Amino acid sequence: MSLPARIVTLLVAFLAVVAVALFVVIHYFLGGPQTVDFSAGVSADTGATVHVVLQEDPQNTVSTHPDWVSYFIQSPTTKKWVHTTLFKVPAGSRIDVTIYGYDGCTPLRNPYFGKVTGTIGGVEYVDGKPVSQINSWSGCNVGHTFSIPGIDLNVPMASPGLTANLCGTSPCTSGPHKTVTFSFMSPRATGTYFWQCRVPCGGGFIDGFGGPMQTIGFMTGNMEVVS
Amino acid sequence: MAASVAAESQPAEAGGPNHGLRIFLMWLPLSVAADLILYFVYGPHMPPGRMSNTAESQQFDIKVMSVLAAPVMIFVLTFAIYALIVWRRRPGDDADGPPIFGHARIQATWITVTAVIVLFLAGFGTYELAWPGMAGAGAGEGPSPIWQPKGSDFLQVQVIAQQWRFTYRYPQFGGFETTQLVLPVGRPVQFNVTSLDVIHSFWAYQLGVKADANPGVNNIAYTTPEHTGTVTVRCAELCGLWHGAMYNFGKVESVSAFESWATHTEASLASITRILPPYATTYDPTVIPNINAAMAKAGIAGANGYYYPPQDPVQP
Repeated sequence: MSLPARIVTLLVAFLAVVAVALFVVIHYFLGGPQTVDFSAGVSADTGATVHVVLQEDPQNTVSTHPDWVSYFIQSPTTKKWVHTTLFKVPAGSRIDVTIYGYDGCTPLRNPYFGKVTGTIGGVEYVDGKPVSQINSWSGCNVGHTFSIPGIDLNVPMASPGLTANLCGTSPCTSGPHKTVTFSFMSPRATGTYFWQCRVPCGGGFIDGFGGPMQTIGFMTGNMEVVS
Repeated sequence: MAASVAAESQPAEAGGPNHGLRIFLMWLPLSVAADLILYFVYGPHMPPGRMSNTAESQQFDIKVMSVLAAPVMIFVLTFAIYALIVWRRRPGDDADGPPIFGHARIQATWITVTAVIVLFLAGFGTYELAWPGMAGAGAGEGPSPIWQPKGSDFLQVQVIAQQWRFTYRYPQFGGFETTQLVLPVGRPVQFNVTSLDVIHSFWAYQLGVKADANPGVNNIAYTTPEHTGTVTVRCAELCGLWHGAMYNFGKVESVSAFESWATHTEASLASITRILPPYATTYDPTVIPNINAAMAKAGIAGANGYYYPPQDPVQP
């Protein structure tokens, strides 16, 4: 091999290694879902009200895992749905949450988590009706949960039903769904509180608890409480 | 060791120092002082504390092991430092060291001392596990414990692990389930530990209780809380994304406060208790008879009561 050919080969190999390293750093370390900020312009510890809107879909058609169930969060400024599970709220504030449940049903592994805890009044509202618990073992009625263990918040998400013709394109804008609303007080202690779904909705994974259940941006994420 | 044998195997030169005696005289007071400090000063603060009889037992075990280990460590350090100072190479000293032919007395002493220590610890450890007062020393003993405390008035507490939270059922109070661990002081407790998904480990640190939580297995551990206070409960088995956040805090309260809490909680959770599966030592959450009926009623077949069709993977 001639000297120029050797140099070119070496250069190409070097650039390939650099490209792979950059891809790993950018994609896996610097990448990831964005954080939706609900704290902008809201003073912490004043009891001010913040409105957080989410939806859970039977799939998502905006990622490399289109068959994974997923939450979406609506940006408070653009009103567009963002494929993320990271959001930021002010400390010591009332958080009014609306979640549109577009997904079908799956029973909880532990029906204890059909009980609503940690909300103001100890209830959630399903299509406007107050509910303090849902028995996911009695029929097709729970799709997911929205649970923040750090503040003992647990809210089962009602499902549109077993025979519903579920929305097939994410983020869902139409199709059968249940609207769940509830309120809770964000903690006064700032920090990051993880949240998760307790329904084993990772179809195709062991016990339904892999894949989207253990991937931030799908069925688990963080609530960042800021001052 | 070679240097030790070399040093000890050579008779002290006439009028020369007795190195063995010197080392012994340095080692002895240091060891006695270290043992006294370890046992009486630092010992009461050793983990996991003295909140329960099992924790107290574990602390005693750690103190005993520390008292045995300290003289060994001090001997090694004393010998090493002595050798560095006394037997260091002097300027102009190019001679070889003395040849080593072994020393039966030192070898026999070494083997005897180490054998006695190891055998004592084996016997001591077994006794601490099996002694009726300890009954397993707070460790999970499986579904059929061979070491059980005396008596029968145990408070039964079922620990249910799931990603990523512990819940607790109290079968003697209607079988209610809660995320709070509350125990009465002075009453023996039998923990029945199981899991609904992957392998977890129930570690109640201040109580000195640690038991694996395996799906489909009832792992029993005993303790008797002896002081009121807060208990840190952590998962001690890597169990997924939020393993590090799988912890909570329990309480040991007076008997009357516990009775009040349990009675009140039983009443307040009555509605959710009614939809829980009947109390059992283990649960199979993948088979839910009611779901079969609901699906059949809706004209859907195939899932057979499972979360997902049978071809989906489940715990091996």
